[in-house]
Amino acid sequence: MGSSMARGDIENLATDFFGLFESFKHAPFYHIIIEVSLLLAVVWLLFFRKPRPIEKKLTEKEKQELIDEWQPEPLVPPVDSNHPALNVRVLDGIVGKTVEIDGRKSLNFATFNFLNFVGNQRIADKAIQAVQKYGVGSCGPRGFYGTIDIHLELEERLAKFFSCEEGIIYSYGFSTIASIIPAYSKRNDILFVDEGVHYAIQKGVEASRSHVKWFRHNDINDLERLLAEQDVLDKKNPKKARTIRRFLIIEGLYVNYGDICPLPRMVELKYKYKYRIFIDESVSFGTIGQTGRGITEYYEYSIGSIGGFAVGSSFVVDHQRLSAQGYCFSASLPPLLAAAAIEALNIMEEDHTLLFETIMAKSKRLHKKLLSIKGYIINGDEISALKHLRLTNSLNTVGRLEEIVQFAQSRDITITVARYLTDEHHLPEPSIRLILNVEMTDEELEFLCTVLQEALVKVTA
Amino acid sequence: MTAAKKSKKTDMKNKSSKLSVSDQFHEEFEETPTWTAVITVLGYAILSLLGWLRDFLRNIGIENKKTSQDPNPKNFVPLYQSYECFYTRNLYTRIRDVFNQPIASVAGATVDVMERISDDFNWTFKFTGKKLPSINLGSYNYLGFAENSGPCSEQAIKSIEKYGLTTCSTRHELGTQKYMIELEDLMAKYLNVEDCIAFGMGFATNALNIPALAGKGDLILSDRLNHTSLILGARLSGAVIRTFNHNDIKDLEFQLRNAIIHGQPRTCRPWKKILIIVEGVYSMEGSLCKLPEIIEIKKKYKAYLYVDEAHSIGAIGSRGRGVVDYWNVDPDDIDIHMGTFTKSFGSAGGYIAGKKSLIDHIRIYTHSGCYSLSMSAPVVYQIISALSIIMGLDGTNDGQKRIQQLACNVRYFRRQLVDMGFIVYGNDNSPVVPVMIFMPAKIAAVNREMLKRGCAVVTVGFPATLLTESRVRFCISAGHTKEMLDHALKAMDEVGHLVSLRYSNRNHSRRWNELNRANYDNEYISC
Repeated sequence: MGSSMARGDIENLATDFFGLFESFKHAPFYHIIIEVSLLLAVVWLLFFRKPRPIEKKLTEKEKQELIDEWQPEPLVPPVDSNHPALNVRVLDGIVGKTVEIDGRKSLNFATFNFLNFVGNQRIADKAIQAVQKYGVGSCGPRGFYGTIDIHLELEERLAKFFSCEEGIIYSYGFSTIASIIPAYSKRNDILFVDEGVHYAIQKGVEASRSHVKWFRHNDINDLERLLAEQDVLDKKNPKKARTIRRFLIIEGLYVNYGDICPLPRMVELKYKYKYRIFIDESVSFGTIGQTGRGITEYYEYSIGSIGGFAVGSSFVVDHQRLSAQGYCFSASLPPLLAAAAIEALNIMEEDHTLLFETIMAKSKRLHKKLLSIKGYIINGDEISALKHLRLTNSLNTVGRLEEIVQFAQSRDITITVARYLTDEHHLPEPSIRLILNVEMTDEELEFLCTVLQEALVKVTA
Repeated sequence: MTAAKKSKKTDMKNKSSKLSVSDQFHEEFEETPTWTAVITVLGYAILSLLGWLRDFLRNIGIENKKTSQDPNPKNFVPLYQSYECFYTRNLYTRIRDVFNQPIASVAGATVDVMERISDDFNWTFKFTGKKLPSINLGSYNYLGFAENSGPCSEQAIKSIEKYGLTTCSTRHELGTQKYMIELEDLMAKYLNVEDCIAFGMGFATNALNIPALAGKGDLILSDRLNHTSLILGARLSGAVIRTFNHNDIKDLEFQLRNAIIHGQPRTCRPWKKILIIVEGVYSMEGSLCKLPEIIEIKKKYKAYLYVDEAHSIGAIGSRGRGVVDYWNVDPDDIDIHMGTFTKSFGSAGGYIAGKKSLIDHIRIYTHSGCYSLSMSAPVVYQIISALSIIMGLDGTNDGQKRIQQLACNVRYFRRQLVDMGFIVYGNDNSPVVPVMIFMPAKIAAVNREMLKRGCAVVTVGFPATLLTESRVRFCISAGHTKEMLDHALKAMDEVGHLVSLRYSNRNHSRRWNELNRANYDNEYISC
């Protein structure tokens, strides 16, 4: 009985299964899909889902406690009142070849006045005329009636001077390069930057949020190594490589070191590895002459005015008119400074070779003289009008250099220790920055060397 | 097509004892009418379609490529992708002639705009040599100091003779002249704070000093409509940035509470400090910041406040001392005062003011201390003489007259625009008067038609504003006379009729000669 019933049951079961199986064959396709997904969902829920911890919400009281307890740091940390920035020398007069400090006149080897345009009468006259025509400020950004005809004239003159298609001017030197780099280089692009570039370039590089590859200062081999590495990565992923822009950022004459970049070799590499070059010629413009007329520049110093500019092909420069922040969102350069710059360019063009030959020759002579003083290390190319003076190795501290500066001041020579902020990417060694003015006579240069020698004796005694 | 902005009429009667001006705080941002929004978007859609068609034709060679070509095209990664410049090529270039218009005179109450013509639809321009004298409603010249004659420019000229144009040195080295110290002292007195420091460029003042104040581990709460320089400065500082809705105190409080309760993202450590950044007057909206409420919140939650008074210093307040003066708050309540000299003083540069400890810190750590040249002498002397005039130190009441003239002009101009039926954004007292145009083609139309009628105006569209909120922005100056304003209003009336700009649903559309002139004139005279 039991077994027959069991047999009957099994038979029933079998027919049931068979019926089930048959029904599968007849069921519509979507029905099966839904059933299978439901089954999989159940399996997932049972075995694979991680148990979510139940977050306990904070009560209002706890929130208020947190708010009451929170103590912010003071807005600024306590400040050292002996910091040199708070005890600067205050001047009251033209800072040209000579400068008056505390009633005494001294020779000025400290300011970026290479061509001695500061105080130049012609430039001052033109600036005065500009004030009488345009007032002082320009009262608006370039897009909204801040473009004055004198700006357009200056841009044309600069472009002609550098034999480029177009120029664009900015109202502040620092923000020139700091706006140009982010205008071209975005998040996915690669920047190859020399370690010795000055702070404004570092900030521009930061603002661009691109990948940065630093190479050792003026070391072409290091640069080639980095380029080769990048090339290898590119070959692995050529599609992506086609969308990554590459830029090389260098200076014509490095403000922090006084040496010149090996431009020809870099241009060779440019065509080999396909990157674009940005050169910052703040110091080389107007002092070096033949070399260093590159694609992007920023002038502030030798032209005796204030501001910045960039020159290049129209294709490149036009882009900045809409996307460089320091150009679009800032008031334009005061017209009197533009007028001064135009006049300075006039002077430079009239005096074409003499001025530049003189400054290069004097730089060479000064370099020789400085080399003959034992105990100083001179950094800088021999034709560079900007040199860095250091003491040998362990003696080279800011304190000793400041003593040298003070001693020189007492002998009526004004020089200065180069100042940097502590968060520079690659802080240069402390040094005295010597800047040559083209109008310095040989006797004055001799005097400078004599004073430096005496200072050295005093400091190392 | 963005979410419709509700209009806000904030009644500040209970705070009137703090207000030095007796008006209520009245700001309006009327909602965009629906039809207008639809047609605006349609307009942009059609332009984009045309743009794609033209690009296609250019690519296959039927149409000439008018943009300049890359000198290094072979194998170099293109400097810009073509889609990045789509807007520039196809929309911006069509109306390019209304932007970057060069001028040939001082940017005072009237200006000579240089006439330009283009034979190839704005790809290249030629100057005809003709100068169009127009009323200047576009330059930032709130107190009328953009003059090429008068005591200020005389002082500037004298200073060029005495000091030359530049020191060619940085502030940390040999760049500090006596006049810098004089300027900073005078400015500190003007603002009624302990100390001040001045820089050569307004944009750079923000971009180079916010990193000295905030850093990693700090939080910056910035208004959504803050200027690019503030955003750049905040980004360079390395702090975490969060934005709150424009002038929305509730949202600010909510964000502050959230920030303090939850701490830094991921690590949940408490924030080192919180910095709130707002502007005095917002240059695209014409709105004023709600300073007393912000100060209350900042005190409650122990945050620091940074106020950028680029457009409000000199232009707002009964004595011209900015929003602090307008709201009559204690200057010490604001931790960092910042402003520029470009707008109300007719010069260039920026300043930061506050407690002496703050300014000392900035003197040491500012990026422009060691790397930028100090300010030029004539620029500084222009500011010093303008300040002396405003503060009345020159013995006349010329300064006070200018401030009052500006306030009168602003009220007169705004009232009539609103009564004519235009949508005017912003606060009743702000010298920045944005009138909405919405549609892209009208941006060019308004500008060109106003220029034909002798008014130089500024029309802005994307990306300075939202895509569908193009506007014409008037900047009123104390140098504008009543006749000039009447001329401008008449011109606006005609252009508004020609181009259909009277969008307001709240105010009746009226022509200029339908307005009751006597009322306005009386109000102006009694001002």
